[in-house]
Amino acid sequence: MKDTLGIIYAAEDDTQIREITKKRSIAALPFGGRYRLIDFTLSNMVNSGIKNIGIITQNNYASLVDHLGTGKEWDLNRKREGLSILSPFAVNDSIGWYKGSIDALHSAMGFIKKGNEKYVLISGTHMLCNMNFNECQNFHIEKGADITVIYKEEDIRKDKLKKYTLLQTDEDGKVTDIEAYPSIPKSNKISMKMYLLEKELLEYLIEEASARGYEDFVKDIIIKKIGKLKVYGYPYKGYLARIDSINTYYRYSMELLKKEVRDELFYREGLIYTRIKDEVPAKYSDNALVKNCLVADGCIIEGEIENCILFRGVRISKGAKIKNSIIFQECEIEENAVLDHVILDKKVVVKRGRTLIGTENYPVAITKGEVI
Amino acid sequence: MIKKECIAMLLAGGQGNRLGILTKDLAKPAVPFGGKYRIIDFTLSNCTNSGIDTVGVLTQYRPLKLNAYIGTGQPWDLDRVNGGVYILPPYIKGKKGEWYKGTANAIYQNIEFIEQYDPKYVLILSGDHIYKMDYSSMIKYHVEKEADCSIAVINVPLKEASRFGIMNTDNNNKIYEFEEKPKNPKSTKASMGIYVFSWDILKKYLQEDELDPNSEKDFGKNIIPKMLNDGKNMYAYCFDGYWKDVGTIQSYFEANMDLLENPPIFDLYDIKWRIYGRNPIQTPHYIGNNCKINKSIITEGCEVLGNVYHSVLFSGVVVGEGSEIKDCVIMPNAKIGRKVKLSNVVVGEGAVIKDNCTIGYGDIKPNVLYPNIYSSGITVIASGIEISRDTIIGKNVVVEKSNFDIKYLESGEYLSEEEVS
Repeated sequence: MKDTLGIIYAAEDDTQIREITKKRSIAALPFGGRYRLIDFTLSNMVNSGIKNIGIITQNNYASLVDHLGTGKEWDLNRKREGLSILSPFAVNDSIGWYKGSIDALHSAMGFIKKGNEKYVLISGTHMLCNMNFNECQNFHIEKGADITVIYKEEDIRKDKLKKYTLLQTDEDGKVTDIEAYPSIPKSNKISMKMYLLEKELLEYLIEEASARGYEDFVKDIIIKKIGKLKVYGYPYKGYLARIDSINTYYRYSMELLKKEVRDELFYREGLIYTRIKDEVPAKYSDNALVKNCLVADGCIIEGEIENCILFRGVRISKGAKIKNSIIFQECEIEENAVLDHVILDKKVVVKRGRTLIGTENYPVAITKGEVI
Repeated sequence: MIKKECIAMLLAGGQGNRLGILTKDLAKPAVPFGGKYRIIDFTLSNCTNSGIDTVGVLTQYRPLKLNAYIGTGQPWDLDRVNGGVYILPPYIKGKKGEWYKGTANAIYQNIEFIEQYDPKYVLILSGDHIYKMDYSSMIKYHVEKEADCSIAVINVPLKEASRFGIMNTDNNNKIYEFEEKPKNPKSTKASMGIYVFSWDILKKYLQEDELDPNSEKDFGKNIIPKMLNDGKNMYAYCFDGYWKDVGTIQSYFEANMDLLENPPIFDLYDIKWRIYGRNPIQTPHYIGNNCKINKSIITEGCEVLGNVYHSVLFSGVVVGEGSEIKDCVIMPNAKIGRKVKLSNVVVGEGAVIKDNCTIGYGDIKPNVLYPNIYSSGITVIASGIEISRDTIIGKNVVVEKSNFDIKYLESGEYLSEEEVS
């Protein structure tokens, strides 16, 4: 993707997934046995040829910074360009806490202005997909668009309306209206909160909105500019996992047990990179019983697991029975413990013989480092 | 350059003939091992974990894959501002230029490289052993003993001692005699091929040895005996951990199997002494609904739908439904079809075994072409080839090319590339 600056907005609202984002931002939320959510957007950008990427962070970004390091796993440890982490800091009128996405982008203006790129691609981190943005850029240029919003057509779930931003477009793909969190859906084109526009335009829009005291990039810029600017919607047709609640987190994690989903999400357009841990291959003992599981390196399995996702370095002792669960890095499940529909955050220890049972719609989530 | 107290020179130029077709197109140190490693990872990780940050890797046999694998040395934390890892192939010097003629000659040809760092000690290593060892304690020992040369030794069973270079020492571990593969060994202290030399002394001996037309330019055969003869201060450094020479198909296979024991004979899960390597970019592995996986190690990127028992699966291996893998080493990205039965098979990188094949079952007969290399019952499938469906293959068989119409290979057969069949 020629001449494009990548901005990853990792300061997203994560109130719905509190249990597992208490100590980390949603961007750093572990997913799929060895990844964190940000890996998908970041890898997509890198695989599309974006070489200069800034990440806007807000709260709890220690684990995110730790995860990204110098960016070498994404090949972003470059002399020219590469990876920049834009953490909040008190400047002039700002108090170190972004009032909204416009404020955050405004704080990053120094970084944005410094780049020589013509275009800028802005994306969040909780829409997981495997996409090449080049097609979107071609679309943007062909349509002569000022702003292109990436969306996906999906079945609208009434109970989730509060989370949708819906686009209406004409036949040409031009956006005629956008509604954030509507109560009555007028279309099934759900915004993926990814935007492509020229950098100069972004700079202008942010300065203007900031001067007027606006806060929200979608409501105060995109929506207000429909009709004044050429805003287009680009339809993404591949697999999308929208992680916005503990339920969707659980559901999309479990979908990874299907081969076609793994192929789509991890391999379709390019590989998804993540931080390397130098773990040993997983080891199965004589008593291990495994059914339909995704297991990362470094695990030692002596018990029974079924329909589970195990992150790196998990230990499952003899006699333990674990079903339908997601077990984060370095958890230890001791002998004869029973888990069903559980999400264990990092380094949780489940003592011998304990039982934890959740349900599909309400998985039990245990926070980092707890001993049960 | 900044002076270094000790630098390591890693001899990685050996052809590794006894590994048969496993080293057909790559050097022995680059042979995959233990699910996600290559043999050289162990030595390089030992260096890094021991605080040695300058390593010269001497290569000359099929170095492409090894060079690409080592790259900048970043996976081992050996991409350093001062020092780091260097690939050292033989090169033309003025009018002269030649291959490395022996282990000692290889170091001799790189005196210039070593001198850049002006080291006090030089650690000589080989890239074909599997072990975890803290070289810094060996160097400390060398300094304490005021030795000119220290040689790491490991106790081997007396009956096996005649296969090794044996160090005869006094009570103080001072070496007074060295015997290469003695018929009647006097001691069980076998040389591990790991030496610490005081550099000024080694340099002198290398230069002298180079001028000797009768010398084979080898550490074991020439340098060490000569130094002993001259009454140099030489000490045996006793190592009592796991150490395996993976120079033969049999020992390579065994060393892989050693990882599967519980508790492990060789523990890779020790976080204090991690083994580093180039990590494949793959998802966690997937285990299907109807399979049994026991006593095995499985790496990221695998897709296992069949049964796996007592085997090592490298990254990206696919095992189809209804297949049975028993006592096997399956290298990266090999694809095993459905209803395939494998027993005692080493499957090379990226090999494809189609549905309904049975491999590794039959009489035990040594290989017809190379009975010395393939006699322990292990069948080897070369990397990148394809075994067509319904093929039956016995033990000690080597399949070097895709088999096309040949549906049956009896124990001991060798399907070679050159053969016109």
